[in-house]
Amino acid sequence: MIEIKHLTKTFQDKSGPITALRDVNLSIEKGDIFGIIGMSGAGKSTLLRCLSTLETPTEGSISLDGVDYSSLSGQQLIELRRRMGVVFQGYNLLMQRTVLQNVMFPLSLAGVPKEKARERAMQLLQMVGLENKAASYPAQLSGGQKQRVAIARALSTSPEVLLCDEPTSALDSLTTKSVLELLYDINTKLHVTIVIITHEIAVVKAICNKVAVIDAAEFVECGSTKEVFADPKSDITKLLLGREEKKHG
Amino acid sequence: MVELLIKGTGETLYMVALSTVFAYLLGVPAGVLLSVTSKGGIVENHSFNWAFGWVINILRSLPFIILMVFISPFTRLIVGKAIGPTAACVALIVAAAPFVARLVESSLAEIDAGVIDAAKCMGATNRQIILRVMLPEAIPSLVRGLSITTITLIGYSAMAGAIGGGGLGDIAIRYGHHRYDTRTMLITIVLLVIIVCVIQVTFDKLAYRVDKSNR
Ligand SMILES: Nc1ncnc2c1ncn2[C@@H]1O[C@H](COP(=O)(O)OP(=O)(O)OP(=O)(O)O)[C@@H](O)[C@H]1O
Ligand SMILES: [Mg+2]
Repeated sequence: MIEIKHLTKTFQDKSGPITALRDVNLSIEKGDIFGIIGMSGAGKSTLLRCLSTLETPTEGSISLDGVDYSSLSGQQLIELRRRMGVVFQGYNLLMQRTVLQNVMFPLSLAGVPKEKARERAMQLLQMVGLENKAASYPAQLSGGQKQRVAIARALSTSPEVLLCDEPTSALDSLTTKSVLELLYDINTKLHVTIVIITHEIAVVKAICNKVAVIDAAEFVECGSTKEVFADPKSDITKLLLGREEKKHG
Repeated sequence: MVELLIKGTGETLYMVALSTVFAYLLGVPAGVLLSVTSKGGIVENHSFNWAFGWVINILRSLPFIILMVFISPFTRLIVGKAIGPTAACVALIVAAAPFVARLVESSLAEIDAGVIDAAKCMGATNRQIILRVMLPEAIPSLVRGLSITTITLIGYSAMAGAIGGGGLGDIAIRYGHHRYDTRTMLITIVLLVIIVCVIQVTFDKLAYRVDKSNR
C-alpha cells in the first residue's frame, strides 16, 4: 500500500548538510501495524513527515497505492492528505476550539455539512470513550485524553492509513497501554493501516506485526516483529531489546 | 467648560475608535503577510518578507508629529481639510497600521507550528490555515494587542490634538499650556487616565474570557 524507494532526506543547516534519512526502502501493506523504532535523532520523525507530505524527499519516491507523491499538486495533494490521518506526539489540537469542534474540524475543512460532521464526530468521540468531554476544551483534558481526541480527529475523514509519531511517549505506562489498545482496535475493527513511530520496544511488542529498525539515518533491519526480535541481527536492535529486559529484569 | 470637556472626550474617542478600526483593516492583512512569508511560514518568501518588513520599519520609525505634518497634503486630498478630528485620523491610521502589523505578526508567531502542520495534514488550504487556524488560535493574543493599540492611539491622538486635531489633547494645550489654566489641564489629564484604565481593564478581562487555553 505504501512504497518507499531509495528515500533520502537532507536538510541544509548553517553548519552544513544533515542527512536525516539515507536510501531508505520500505513497503507497508494494507492492514499492517508497522512499527518504526530507533534512538533519538535517528530520523524517525523525518520519515513520518515525508510520509505525511510535510517534507519532500531530497531523493527517492514515496507512493500510496501506486500513486507517486511527487506527481501530485494542489487539489490532488489535498485529497491524498485526506486519505491519511496523522497523530503527533504533542497532540497538536486547536486550543481555542472544543473537543467536538476539533474532531469536526477536518470534516468542515472538507466541506462536510455541519450536522453530518457533528454526528460523525460524536460517533468517533464515543469510540475513543470521550463523548462526555465533547464540550470541553483541550486545556481541560489529561494527556491521554488529548491523544484520544487527536486520534478521533485523525480518523474523522475515514483515512486508510494512520501515521503516528511517538503517540504515547508523553504518557505514563497505563495510559500508554489504553491508547495502544485503542489503536489496535482501530486497526482490527476499522481496517485502518497504522504506522507507528516509537523509541520504546514495548510499544512495538504490544501491537506491531511488522517492525523496521532505524539507526543514524539508515534502516538496519526490517521484518515481522516476531522474527526480528527473536533473532536480532543488528547491534542497535540488541541494544534496544537489552534495555527493555533490564527495565523489567 | 463641561460642554467643552464632553466635546473633547467625544472627539478623542471618535479619533481613537475610527483610527483603530482602519488601522486593523490595514494592519491585520499586513501582519498576516509578514507572518506567512517569514522563515518556516506557509508561503515562505524571504525577499518579499525582507522588503515589506523594511517598509513597515520605516513607517514605524517616523516620529508621529513629523508624520502628521508630512502627510497633510495627502490628508487634504482624502478628507478635504488638514485639521480637525477626522483629518487627524488619517495620520493616526498611517502611524498605527504598521504598528498593528507587527503586533499581529508577533501574535501569530506564538502559535505552535505543530498545529499548522496538523492542519496541513488534514488537507487545509493556505486560506483555511490563515482564516480558520492561525487567526482563531491567536485571538487572545490579538485582543491583548488591540488594547495596546488603542492606548497608544490615545497618546497619539493627544499629540494630534496639539496641532489642530481636536480632542482632549487640544484642550490641554490650549487651556493648560497657552492660558495657564491648570485646573482644566488637570481635568483633561484625569479624563485621559480614566479612559486608558477603562480600556486596559476591559480588554484584559476580554482577553482572559476568550482564551480557552488556560484553564
Ligand atoms: N528541519 C530540520 N532542519 C535541520 N535538521 C533537521 C530538521 N529536522 C530534523 N533534522 C535533523 O535530522 C536528524 C533526524 O531528526 P528526527 O527528528 O527525524 O529524529 P527522531 O528520530 O525523530 O528523533 P527523536 O526520537 O528525538 O524525535 C536530526 O539530526 C535532526 O537534527
Ligand atoms: Mg521524533
